[in-house]
Amino acid sequence: MTPRQIIGKIGLWVSVFVIVSPAILFFLWMASLSLKFEVDNAAYPPVFIPDRIAWKNYADVLASNRFLTYFVNSLIVTGSATFLALIVGVPAGYGIARMAAHKSAIVILIARITPGLSYLIPLFLLFQWLGLLGTLVPQIIIHLVVTVPIVIWIMIGYFETTPMELEEAALIDGAGRWQVFRHVALPIARPGIAVAFILAVIFSWNNFVFGIVLAGRETRTLPVAVYNMISFDQLSWGPLAAAALIVTFPVLLLTVLAQRQIVAGLTAGAVKGG
Amino acid sequence: MSALTQSTPAAARSDAAPEKELRPPSYWPFVVPALVVVLAIIIFPWVFTIWMSLNEWKVGSPTTFVGFANYLRLTSDPRFLEAVGHTLVYTVLSVVLPLILGTLSAVVFHQNFAGRGFLRGVFIMPMMATPVAIALVWTMMFHPQLGVLNYLLSLVGIPAQLWVFHPATVIPSLVLVETWQWTPLVMLIVLGGLAAIPTEPYESAQIDGASFWQVFRFITLPLIMPFLFIAGMIRMIDAVKSFDIIFAITQGGPGSASETINIYLYSVAFTYYDLGYGSAIAVVFFLLIVLLAAVMLYARQRMLWTEIARGA
Repeated sequence: MTPRQIIGKIGLWVSVFVIVSPAILFFLWMASLSLKFEVDNAAYPPVFIPDRIAWKNYADVLASNRFLTYFVNSLIVTGSATFLALIVGVPAGYGIARMAAHKSAIVILIARITPGLSYLIPLFLLFQWLGLLGTLVPQIIIHLVVTVPIVIWIMIGYFETTPMELEEAALIDGAGRWQVFRHVALPIARPGIAVAFILAVIFSWNNFVFGIVLAGRETRTLPVAVYNMISFDQLSWGPLAAAALIVTFPVLLLTVLAQRQIVAGLTAGAVKGG
Repeated sequence: MSALTQSTPAAARSDAAPEKELRPPSYWPFVVPALVVVLAIIIFPWVFTIWMSLNEWKVGSPTTFVGFANYLRLTSDPRFLEAVGHTLVYTVLSVVLPLILGTLSAVVFHQNFAGRGFLRGVFIMPMMATPVAIALVWTMMFHPQLGVLNYLLSLVGIPAQLWVFHPATVIPSLVLVETWQWTPLVMLIVLGGLAAIPTEPYESAQIDGASFWQVFRFITLPLIMPFLFIAGMIRMIDAVKSFDIIFAITQGGPGSASETINIYLYSVAFTYYDLGYGSAIAVVFFLLIVLLAAVMLYARQRMLWTEIARGA
């Protein structure tokens, strides 16, 4: 290597370090806060690596009986909203792609631009009239606002790139449209479905604004529960940070494990809910 | 960018018209369920919102049709006008900063280095993480006495700041969080653009002995312009609508110093339960986003024309 190449190499690694460190340092600090006793969290100058580790913070959060309820609520809301979105969105993406009905994507675009709160006002009234407030149903339905456009958008893009030849061959062999979709198109589209699934799960799991309006005491999802901890129950930082980390940990893990799919999905559609 | 790539297969298919005529209705069953869902949760709310905005509609009292009174009320509502100002400042900063930092990061991530995929995964963690959880930790970091940010500032000799606890610094502080969170999205989009650039211009630039900066300014930047524009557009739409971070950290405070349109809309609709007026805000808010998008498109067109004019 010439000296110039060496300098270039060092420069590259310094730049990589500089641009990645805000993310790394933030999450390390988050972990540090969550593992410290109150004394260490209130110390100045701040303690970065504590002498004693407060696993108790996590135990406290997990032991509080409601936290488990909220975790289950989050699972039910995100799970149902994602599942329903895949059921209606994957065939829709297929139909739109095959009909080349690109204008229908405008609806998705409008959904993308509309602030989440504008859906909440009319749907809130609707749920009130139907007497559904106090159950998880309103939140499952309104999370579809986030998940359905993501799934449709990604699946349109995906089905447009899958080859038509196989499908045409199957049609000539006498298969029906539904059979072609079920046995030819769907298996090929599996990677696309994975991308849609991952993004729908993440954006639904993270959603906050729908929950603060629609959730009652028993029907909070985790983000809403964490928000309520800030305002009412908890004042000490350790358990708060622990709760925050527990809420976002599944998402962070998924991000690092499935970063290839996430990057593909975000750059193809660049859709975000809310 | 997708419109371009899609037009070719679509055109090819419509050329084969006779074959197509046998088929069209048969794909409809695939779309119908989604159509029903979209009608119920996207179209219906929109129509209903417009209708409500023309009514005096408060929870617990009878509704009366008032025409455009709610919209007229907006023009003389100082809190709304102030919120529009906050939103614009917040948006401009939250578009420009991530665009600059995201482009620089993309140039770095475009290089080859060990562990690139993993580090890219780490880099995008801020935008995938649960916003409320992030907001909570930032709130602790902003703490004037115990926060780690003031400690870091003290290390380089900068006096302690009040961050989100002072009206003058609250919006820049929130923009800091927003920038930290959304720079990765810009990076990903620009990175996609960089990957699409052919290598020839770089080879000839190298032969001509162009400097790194010259290469970036005269080759890379013009070629990634379309991607920067898309990133800017998406960023604008998200920044205008930003809610979770602002709501969880300041709730629009101190006072109303960080109250954006979205936060004000929340208070009107779900603190005061003035749903008619809230709906009017929602409609105007949507139109404002469309207007901003149109302005950006117009600016982009103008830029293209001047570029062409200069070339000719």
